[in-house]
Amino acid sequence: MSYFLQQLINGVALGSIYGLIAIGYTMVYGIIGMINFAHGDIFMVGSFIALILFLILLSLGVTMIPLALLIVLLVAMCLTAVWGWTVERIAYRPLRESFRLAPLITAIGMSIVLQNFIQVAQGARVKPLQPVVTGGYVLSEGGGFSVILSNIQILIVVTTLVLMVLFWLVITRTALGRAQRACEQDRLMASLSGVNVDRTISLTFVLGAMLAAVAGLLYLLYYGVIDFYIGFIAGIKAFTAAVFGGIGSLPGAMLGGLIIGLIETFWSAYFSIEYKDVAAFSMLAIVLIFFPTGLLGRPEVEKV
Amino acid sequence: MRPWQYDPLLKVGHLTMRFGGLTAVDNVTFQVARRDITALIGPNGAGKTTVFNCITGFYKPTEGTVELRQPGPHDFRLERMDDHDINSVARVARTFQNIRLFQGMTVLENLMVAQHSMLWPASGYTVGALLGIGGFVKAQNEAVEFACHWLERVGLLARADEAAGGLPYGDQRKLEIARAMCTRPLLLCLDEPAAGLNARESDGLNELLFSIRERDGISILLIEHDMSVVMRISDHIVVLDYGKKIADATPEEIRNDPSVIAAYLGVPDDELAEVEREVHL
Amino acid sequence: MSALAETGKPFGQRLQSALGDAVIGGLIAFLLFSLLLGLRMVDKVTGLTLEPRPWLLITAVAIVFFGRLLLSLFVWQAEYPITKPFAKFFTREPFDRRDLIVLGSVAAISGVMLLFRNPIYSLFAIPILLFLGLGSLRRLIVYFFPDLPYARIFVTVGLLFAIFFPLSTYFLEKTFHLGLPLRYWFDLAILVLTYIMLGWGLNIVVGLAGLLDLGYVAFYAVGAYTFALLATHFGLGFWICLPVAGAVAALWGIILGFPVLRLRGDYLAIVTLAFGEIIRIVLLNWTEVTNGPNGVSGIPKPTFFGLPFTPIAAGGGETFSSFFGLKYDPLQGIIFLYYVILALALFTNLVTLRLRRLPVGRAWEAMREDEIACRSLGINTTVTKLTAFATGALFGGLAGSFFATRQGFISPESFTFIESAIILAIVVLGGMGSQLGVAIAAIVMVGGFEALRHTDWLEEIFGPDFDPSLYRMLLFGAAMVAIMVWRPRGLVAARDPTITLGEARAIPPDLVKEGRA
Repeated sequence: MSYFLQQLINGVALGSIYGLIAIGYTMVYGIIGMINFAHGDIFMVGSFIALILFLILLSLGVTMIPLALLIVLLVAMCLTAVWGWTVERIAYRPLRESFRLAPLITAIGMSIVLQNFIQVAQGARVKPLQPVVTGGYVLSEGGGFSVILSNIQILIVVTTLVLMVLFWLVITRTALGRAQRACEQDRLMASLSGVNVDRTISLTFVLGAMLAAVAGLLYLLYYGVIDFYIGFIAGIKAFTAAVFGGIGSLPGAMLGGLIIGLIETFWSAYFSIEYKDVAAFSMLAIVLIFFPTGLLGRPEVEKV
Repeated sequence: MRPWQYDPLLKVGHLTMRFGGLTAVDNVTFQVARRDITALIGPNGAGKTTVFNCITGFYKPTEGTVELRQPGPHDFRLERMDDHDINSVARVARTFQNIRLFQGMTVLENLMVAQHSMLWPASGYTVGALLGIGGFVKAQNEAVEFACHWLERVGLLARADEAAGGLPYGDQRKLEIARAMCTRPLLLCLDEPAAGLNARESDGLNELLFSIRERDGISILLIEHDMSVVMRISDHIVVLDYGKKIADATPEEIRNDPSVIAAYLGVPDDELAEVEREVHL
Repeated sequence: MSALAETGKPFGQRLQSALGDAVIGGLIAFLLFSLLLGLRMVDKVTGLTLEPRPWLLITAVAIVFFGRLLLSLFVWQAEYPITKPFAKFFTREPFDRRDLIVLGSVAAISGVMLLFRNPIYSLFAIPILLFLGLGSLRRLIVYFFPDLPYARIFVTVGLLFAIFFPLSTYFLEKTFHLGLPLRYWFDLAILVLTYIMLGWGLNIVVGLAGLLDLGYVAFYAVGAYTFALLATHFGLGFWICLPVAGAVAALWGIILGFPVLRLRGDYLAIVTLAFGEIIRIVLLNWTEVTNGPNGVSGIPKPTFFGLPFTPIAAGGGETFSSFFGLKYDPLQGIIFLYYVILALALFTNLVTLRLRRLPVGRAWEAMREDEIACRSLGINTTVTKLTAFATGALFGGLAGSFFATRQGFISPESFTFIESAIILAIVVLGGMGSQLGVAIAAIVMVGGFEALRHTDWLEEIFGPDFDPSLYRMLLFGAAMVAIMVWRPRGLVAARDPTITLGEARAIPPDLVKEGRA
């Protein structure tokens, strides 16, 4: 039982990170109907920016951890947002209203570019960071196994929850959110009603990149090592999560992230660690067979 | 008993279609007689296209039956069949309200695709034709000939090698009908065939529909908004309003049916008497 | 950002807006690169430390700033874009005097730059002169023979080249001992042909049937492993296993296709991607059968009607060289492999071209155009999709077993998602559904990628620290983006009709759909 509880905690923490990345996929998909393959790499760029920021703060002698975290969080979000914006501007905006597969290919191209840019600029070796957030609570002890809820896990889940709430408010309460939803429904009509479509789409990428930066930072803190390749795996998982939950749906992305995180953690814990990805992907295929538009996606009525 | 009830080709019985809480079609019963042109009319949102989609298998009706009575021994229960079988086995063909041609394919290719159910077995399910066994070449030549026959009937033979998407709107409508006819149907369902046509094209359409009925002996079920077309060509009209059937009669009778007029003018019930009086003036 | 001034404005005004644009561009470049280029993390004994690289950062920002400034002034906002005369090489428009002045001066400057014999100058001058030369050649040919069937000539010449290239170069080398890098040429040609074949195979699924498949490499892997395992466990030869591998891959196509057929568009894409990954992970971890990450080695080479391409036959029988009384040469085996893949690729192409003219192929294309209309015409779209999946998988499987026999060794590393992405990119860049376009795209992508491998001369320019192989993938990705933005519809986008009454005319690309399913 305590083993189960521990895995549950680990799974939720991992799932939160996936969920944060998945939101970026789901928002972009919702608004322009394309798979932003480069989003996983934006997440990776975010984690690199966060790591460099930590090193800068370290060399400046900032030792107050909460302050350091806050600075890294805010600056990484801003800088990663610029990356998200640039990728959209260079690779997707020129292809708006064009062939649907074209932006998919540029997205894959951008993903290759980002990975290799980081590899060239920062080297291919894994980059470690000594633990920043340490400590935790022992929830239960006994049977030679103690259930530990670490501070970093608390930080991950709390940050995710806070961001989700903030985000929900942005989408439902602000003019930007309204413009986004309008563009989702009908881009032409939205532009005719005075919505600046290009700006709305750009802001969507910016918001997605910001969340990816947060996910990157949390990933860095949680695992302590990053390399230029983490974006691919995490990206595929997060996209799977977004589809799982029903692509285009924000709660769906979060739910999907949690489920994928849990499946992976539990499969590794109880069956085999090698096949954890197979478990996640198979679960996706099975879910899609029964819910062709994901768990929380709108069922599609075929227009004849 | 009305003439279309003796030996109908298509019997729609107590058809009901619900989408979530919305009842789009409510307990509709009607018949389509052999070699008749039957029109399905009604104001916007009356559920006409939904009825069409139920008949042609794109929706599975919530309740009710759709029976196709073949000349042969078989009756088909369309509501239980897959959409493609409704065309290839029960031989019901349809067109769409917003034209659905294969725009990037040529006019002739569109008609060849329509003969897939005949050509696919003739090609030995591809294997035979790849190995050069079987009479695929002959079947294909026949198919081309049949396609040309229909292109001639709709006046598009000269444009056979052009992309379907490049045709003018009126020609696209005609091509869609020709394509449906190339599936060799018994019942042809047309969803607003005259929409967007000018008066001359509309006349041409009427002639085409008459010739399909007379020359080919095919029954036609059509949805139409253009009352001049409907009144001129239909033998039998079914009127829907808010998903319910409100009239089922000859054009002559429909013209004088107060409930139909009320439905079209959107008059509440209490004013119906007044409308009725005006109509009979 | 590019609130570009309208053309015809006075230069001062244009300069002002271009400057503003360039400043913003430079600022963004600074934000992008400040941490990632301006600082480098270096492993030290004490942990990671930062090493500032201010000059690199300044260079990068300056490139963006001046690049944008010059582009705005002379291309985007210019009344007469400086790129116009260059673009004219690919049209039939006449050159006017201004064009000739621009082209002439560019040619003259490049020529002078060459004279300096400075490698950096040559780096710029040689491509420009090559471009000008080829462009002029094209214009000259078109000018003198305006009505030749260029597409057909192009295909015929390409085909003849493909057929005679290895034999003619081989005999040239044997007669004159020119020291040609034949081994390398043949290996590269085999690689390109493999990708052409894969592109053609995927083209059936994506280009014709309009089904987005991101896991095509799975079938490639199935084909490769089927042959490898049959050969190493049961000692079967390549020619027996080839059809088996194709059939097994096709079967997998059906097995994987069946559950996902209800899915639409991007849902299908992600599930195919997932299947690709699942197969790779299983190959990686099912050690008892696949030998896991160590892969399968000792895969036999194909024989020429039972004659092996070895110095001496294993059982003491005849070899290819002894049978024909030739001197043994390892190149003979490679040339044979070349012809095997050429035959396989041409087979793929011929079958695809034939299928397009059969009901099944027309149904594929019709399904890409409008699935609902297809169903209304009595086409069983489930069967049609499965046939497309299976046919595509079949050719993937054939290519896979060729890959296995050529390499002699396979491991799951060869079948990653990036392979699927490259094959898909070849199909889309080539122009979906166009066989010729796919072939050109494969040559450009794989050949270009390979060309970047041989950039030792760049070290001369950028100094010995420069490692070009690092930049290879970076440039590859950038090229993918650039080509796609330049031609979103692909290189050859028009569609050829499959049946005509009169003369065939290509269908303009804007009418051709790309499939939603």
